[in-house]
Amino acid sequence: MAGSITVCCLPELENNMIEKIEACNIIKRYNSGFALECSLSLQKGVLYTIVGPNGSGKSTLLKIMGLLDRPDSGSVTYLNKDSSVLNPQNDIHLRRKVVLVPTRAALFNETVFDNVAYGLRLRKAGRKAIEGKVMKSLNEVGLTRHKDAHAYELSSGEAQRLALARALVLDPDALLLDEPTASLDPDSTRLIEDIIMKKVRNSGKITVMVTHNLNQAKALADSVIFMYKGKIMELADPDVFFSKPATESAQQFVFGEIY
Amino acid sequence: MDFLLNSLSKAFHLIIALDPELLGIVMLSFKVSGLAIIISAAAGLFITLALDLRDFTGKKVIVTMINTFMGLPPVVAGLTLYLILSRSGPLGFLNLLYTPSAMVIVQAILATPIIAGLSYAAVVSADPSLRFTAYTLGATPFQATVKIMKNVRYSVLASVLAGLGRILAEVGAVLIVGGNIAGYTRVMTTAIALEADKGDFELAVALGIILLLIAFALNGLLFYFQRKGK
Repeated sequence: MAGSITVCCLPELENNMIEKIEACNIIKRYNSGFALECSLSLQKGVLYTIVGPNGSGKSTLLKIMGLLDRPDSGSVTYLNKDSSVLNPQNDIHLRRKVVLVPTRAALFNETVFDNVAYGLRLRKAGRKAIEGKVMKSLNEVGLTRHKDAHAYELSSGEAQRLALARALVLDPDALLLDEPTASLDPDSTRLIEDIIMKKVRNSGKITVMVTHNLNQAKALADSVIFMYKGKIMELADPDVFFSKPATESAQQFVFGEIY
Repeated sequence: MDFLLNSLSKAFHLIIALDPELLGIVMLSFKVSGLAIIISAAAGLFITLALDLRDFTGKKVIVTMINTFMGLPPVVAGLTLYLILSRSGPLGFLNLLYTPSAMVIVQAILATPIIAGLSYAAVVSADPSLRFTAYTLGATPFQATVKIMKNVRYSVLASVLAGLGRILAEVGAVLIVGGNIAGYTRVMTTAIALEADKGDFELAVALGIILLLIAFALNGLLFYFQRKGK
C-alpha cells in the first residue's frame, strides 16, 4: 500500500512515462512465408541498434513495438517506472509517447517549420510553445536558416535531419529510428550520427536504431541486437558482438558473408 | 459579316453600359452556381475523406459509380430531378420546381461526382508513405487522411474549379428544372439559348463573351493550381 501512495504523489506525467517496452512472443507471418518470431525487452537509457541482413524483420519489429503494426499473436507492453502496465492498446495518447522515424520519411507539402510543428499541433500544444520547441529542435539539427523554406527544396541529408527534428521536438519516451542514415553521403551521415550522439544517446529515454552500417552500430550502440530470418539471434555488448559473435549466422554477417 | 459585327458591337455596348438585365442574369448565374459549388465541394470532400479513411466492401463499386456520374448527361440529371420535384413526384410538396433552389440542387448533383472523383484520385495517387509518416507522428486515421488531403490541396482545389466550370457552362439541367423564367430563374446559358432562338443576338453574344471570359479565367486558375501541385 505504501508503494501506491508514493505513486499517487508523483506528478501524473512522470508516472505515465514509458520506461520499458516488452515485446512478448511476437509472431507476424507474411504470405511470402517469412515469419517474425521474437521476444524483446527494452530499457530506458540504453541505445539499442538492431542489425541483420535484409529481410530479417528489423523494420517490422520496430513498427510492432511502435504500435504501428499488429502482430498475429503476442503482445507489446509499455511499462512505467513501477513496472505497471500502461496499455490499453490503441490508446492514442500512449501511442503518441513513442515516435518512429521511418527509413524514407515522407515530408509534408509545407514549410520546414510547419513540418516540425505537425506533431506538436496534433498534441494540441499552444502557439508559443510550438514556436519555441520547433526553433530549438531546428537548431539542434542545424536547419534554423531553412525554417521558412519549402520542405521539398531540401537535399536528402537535410530532409533526413528534418525527419529527425520532427521526432525530437516531441520529446518522446521512446524513439525508434529505422535506418536514419540510409543512402546518405558521408557528411550527412556524420551530421546525423552527431545528433544521435548528442541529443538522443544522453536523453535517458528508450532508443532503438535499425542500421545497415556496422561501423555506426559499433560506434553508437550500448547494445546490439542481431536479427536473422525473423528471429533475434543475439543481444550483446557491441565489443563482444563484433569481435566474438556467438552464433554462426552472426559470424557470417559480421564478416560480410551474408548481408 | 455586317450582321456579326453589328451583334458584337451591340453586345460590347451592353457590357460596358452594365445593362441591368444583363447584370441581373450574370448575378443569378453566380449565385446559383456559387451556392451549388459550396454544397458540392463540402459533399465531394466529405466523400473523399470517407473513401480514403477506411476500406469497406463495395468501395470499388462506389468509386466506379462516382466516376460514371462524372460524365452524367446534364439533361438526364435535370429530367430526373424534374420528375422528383414535379407536383406528382415524391418531393412535389416542396414546391421547388422552377425555382433557383431547384437549379442549385441539380448543379450540386452534377458537380459533386466531379469533385469527389478528381480529389479522391489525387488523394489515392499521393505518396503512400505520407499516411504512415503521419501515423508515426501520432495522427489518428482521420487526422492522417486530412493531412494527405492538405498535401494534395492544389489538386483538390483544381477539382472544385473543374466542377464550377462544368456547372457554369451547363444549360440542359437548369433549363428543365429552372424553367428559364425572366428575372427569376434565367441564367447566362439559358438566356443565350432563348435569345438566340428569338433572333435577339446582342444579349446572347454579350452573355457569351462573359461566359467565355469566365471559362478562360477558371482554366487559367486550374492550370496554375495543377502546376503548383506538381
